[in-house]
This record gives sequence, C-alpha cells and structure tokens, in this order.
Amino acid sequence: MEGFGISKTNIQSKRVEKLFRIIFLGMTLILILPVLVILGTLIVKGGSVLSLDFFLENPTNGMTAGGIFPALLGTIWLVSVALLISVPIGVAAAIYLNEYAGDNILTRIINLAIINLAGVPSIVHALFGVGAFVMFFKFGTSILAASFTLAIMTMPVVIVATKESLQAVPIAFREACWNMGATRWQTIKKVVLPNSLSGILTGIILEVSRTAGETAPIMFTGAVFFSPFLPEGVFDQTMAMSLHLFVVATQVPGVPENLPYGVALTLIGMVLIMNSVSIAFRFYLRGKKKW
Amino acid sequence: MEDLNSISLNSQNEKNIGSDQLDQRNLDWYIDKAVSMIVFIAGISAIIFIVGIFLFIAKEGLSFIIKDMDFTEFFTSPYWEPSDEDAPEYGILALILGTASVTGLAMLIAIPFSLGTAIYISEFATGRTKEFLKILVELLAAIPSVVWGFIGLTIMNPIIIKLFNVPVGLNILNAGVILGLMAAPIMTSIAEDTLKAVPDHYREAAEALGATKWQMIYKVVLPAAKNGLLGAVLLGVGRGFGETMAVLMATGHSINIPTSIFDSVRALTATIAAELGETAQGSEHYGALFTIGIFLFLITFIINLSADLIIRGVRKK
Repeated sequence: MEGFGISKTNIQSKRVEKLFRIIFLGMTLILILPVLVILGTLIVKGGSVLSLDFFLENPTNGMTAGGIFPALLGTIWLVSVALLISVPIGVAAAIYLNEYAGDNILTRIINLAIINLAGVPSIVHALFGVGAFVMFFKFGTSILAASFTLAIMTMPVVIVATKESLQAVPIAFREACWNMGATRWQTIKKVVLPNSLSGILTGIILEVSRTAGETAPIMFTGAVFFSPFLPEGVFDQTMAMSLHLFVVATQVPGVPENLPYGVALTLIGMVLIMNSVSIAFRFYLRGKKKW
Repeated sequence: MEDLNSISLNSQNEKNIGSDQLDQRNLDWYIDKAVSMIVFIAGISAIIFIVGIFLFIAKEGLSFIIKDMDFTEFFTSPYWEPSDEDAPEYGILALILGTASVTGLAMLIAIPFSLGTAIYISEFATGRTKEFLKILVELLAAIPSVVWGFIGLTIMNPIIIKLFNVPVGLNILNAGVILGLMAAPIMTSIAEDTLKAVPDHYREAAEALGATKWQMIYKVVLPAAKNGLLGAVLLGVGRGFGETMAVLMATGHSINIPTSIFDSVRALTATIAAELGETAQGSEHYGALFTIGIFLFLITFIINLSADLIIRGVRKK
C-alpha cells in the first residue's frame, strides 16, 4: 500500500477534508431544502382551505366548491379492503421466507419476484388489474378490483417489514421452544409472532400510507372522477383522494386556485402523519427491546 | 438450525407412537403440516402474482401483436396516432424518447446529489443530525407521485416560465427535476444502507494508516461499496422509468421528438394512463396500450433483475 501522505501534507489534508464535508453537506441541503420549501408552499396555500366542512362536505358546483368527503371515504374503503387482502398473505409469505425457507434457488426466485412486484411500474399494475380483476374475475370497475390491484402492488412493503421484525427475534428463543417439544407452528404462534408483532404493525402503517397515495393503479379499476353516490359495498365504484387531486388539478375547469392545494395538503398530510407514526413507533420499540 | 429442528421433530414423532396423548399430539402435528403448507403457498404467491401480471397483460396485448402490429413501425415510427380513423399509426419512438429524456435528466440530478447525501449521512453526520436526516429522507420518499405531479403543474411551471422566459413550463426540465427530487430519497436510502454495510474495520485500517476522512471515503469506502451503489442507481432508474402520474402532469403530455429541455414530451407510462379510459376493450388501440405495458414490464424486469444480481454479488463477498 502506498500510504496516505502523513506528515507534511497533514494540514492541507485537513483543509481538504473540511472542504469535502462542506461540499457533501451542500449536496444534502440542495436535495432537501427545495422539498421543504415546496411543502411549506402547500401548507400556506392549502391551509386556508382546510376546515371541518372541507372534510365533511360533498363537492358541489361541478367540483369547483364544497369538500372532499366522498374521496376521503373512498380512500378509507380502498385501503381497508386492500389491507384485508395483502396483510394476511404478506405476513404469511414473510413467515415462510424467514421461518421455513432454506437458502435455495426457490427462495431467490421468490425474493426476486417480491422486488419486481415493488418495481413494476404502477401503470402496469393498473393494466393487470383491468385484465385480471375487472374483466377475467368479473369484479367490474369496483372497490374490490381496485383494492386487489393495490394489495398486490403494495404487498412487498408488508413482506419486507414483517421479515425484518421476524429476523430480529433471536434464534435462541425458537430453540428454547423447540426443545420443549413444541412444533414449528406452535413456536411461531407463541414465541416468534408475539415478539415481532409491533414490528409488523409499523410495516402495516407504512403500507396504509403507501396504498392511500397510489393513483395510477386505481384509475381504471375502481376509482372514478366523480360519483354522486357514496359506496355501499365492495362492488361499488368510488372516488378517492389521490385521483381527486389529479381531477381537480387537471380535469375540471374553473377550480378556485387554492382548492387543489387543500386536497394535496390533505393527501400529503395523511401520508406523512402515518409515516411519522410508523417511524416514532419504531424508535420506541428500539428503545424498549431488551435483547 | 435445520439440524436441531429436524431432531426435535423426529423425537417428537417417536414419542407420539403409542403414547396416551396420541390424538392431541397428532392434531398438533397435522396443524403444523397444514400451516407450513399455507405459508408455503403465501410464499410462492409473489411468484404467482408476477407471472400473473405478465400473462394477463400479454393476453390483452397478444391479438394486437399478432394481427395489427408492425414491429419496425412500432419501435421506429415517431407517430402515435391511434385515433386516426383511416390509418391509425402506432409508433412509440417519440414516447420512448420522451421517457428517456425525462428519466435521463432526472438521473443527472438525482445520482450525484443522492450519492453525495448518502455519503454525508453515512460518513460525516453523527448523532442527532444523522437520525434527523435519515428520517427526513424517509419521509420525502413517501410523498405520493400524484402530489409531485401537482407540484410540477402548479409550483414548478410558473417558476420555469419566469426563469427561462419560455411560453410553456410543462416540459422535460420540469418533469426531470420533479422526477429527480422524487427518485433521490429512495436512491439515497439504498446507497446509505450500502455504505453502512462496509465494515468499520476497513475505515479503522485506513485511519490507522493516516488517511484523512476524504481519502478514506474515496479510496476505501466507495470502492468497497461500488456494486451496491450501482444497484441503488439502477433501482432509481427503474423507478424513474416507470413513474406515471408525475410525468403525466409535468411533461406537458404532447408528442414530440425532443430537441431541447424546454420541449414538452409524452412518456410511455403517461400515454397508457391518459388513453386507457377512452378505448374500447379488445380494440386495436386497447391492444397497443397493453403492448406498451408489456414493453414497460420487460424493461423494468431487466433493470430490477440486474440491480438484484449486482447487490447480491456484494453480499456474497
């Protein structure tokens, strides 16, 4: 090894180091500050629109006035049904990957498939939703079809989070349980899952936030620009927050300037609050963990 | 772990035979088998889904590919005129260039800045600053793409018009910046993970040789993390390539062979999003949109596969 030039250049090197520190700090700030400014703008412009009535009223006058209640309710429908589908499958898949699967080619293919589920463009998921759920399974354009599409698209979030929290349970816990004569499932049920439940919960919260913000996958599978009726079941169509933002920002003429800002602020607020809760929860758990 | 487990299972089976609690134990054993079956099916469901996605979009695109599609025209014609009643034309060249120009500009912005940010967070920042920056990056990554599109439409658009004195602010520059800001947090956090995975004794060894921090980063940490960083970049490219709502709203969505960053363009993904709603199921146009979907699927599949192979290569070492 040629060494790093220790003595003479030492002071100069220190100066160079300081320079690089400043350069990298600068890059970090350039990346982060504009986004914070943008968020500030959203808050200032959108904040003036927000009120209890805004959340609880229907859109009126061809969506140029009134509130966002049907879109909020629709997003709650879509996210809830999507979670009912993706959480059981995702958690079970993570249990398989962490507790059962060996280090073999099948496991590698499953992991690759998970990466691709997360990486395939959202509009391709939309095409899949149309081809599979709307037409082939004959759900029609409905909450059910849209939620299935969302569930498959966001399932990797649950799988990855669950796998991480299962991994965090020490192997000794399992061994102790097996030695008592417990079966694999008894061990998972009584020891592994209780010790990783909170980690799984943080993953689910992340998934909620991810699902609520998606637009492309629901455009053609179940969400509509405007609906005079509130959804009453999973076979109804619905409005949704993310699509509503797209509609009021691009499709409706004569929308007052601040209204779309209010919709954007509500959507981003929902997402960021849920993410913050998930992060705070994670920090709390990290502090509490005793092993 | 495997061994230990098979031992405990075996001994249990032996005990089962002829024991008083035969039924109870057997029931547990069967439940155990059933559960392992169920989680196995859930485990391979990811494969089923990804294959299903390909099969279903291929099925809808197939009749167009077989009957109506002219391969050369599809990939080399700049004319996307599906609603021309006499002679509809399906050329995606302009759309490919639209996607490529926006993604390219986004990467020019995102790659240096997210790598720089990752280096700052991983190597320079300490304590609370480090935690704070990591949380901030994670939150920025969570902003939905439709919100980014809205930002391009309402905030970036007038800024670009004013700053560069151009008539329209919805163009490659706008979408590129938006997409760059969008992809950067994801690339940053993957890159930061990779840098964190470089063992500390590498750093200590370099320090012991008298290296300054920058020398250590440049000659030790970055080479050790090279593949992982490349993987992070590739995942960012895949993300930019497949982004839909933001490019639909910020590019201007008009078909152009771009000649400058102030040209409006149209992206592959945005074309599907804008037109699928107005096509009749089974029509030529409908099939053409699904064929674009197949193309997008294959490209992102290849990008993700190579990213995975590269990152996995690092872990093996």
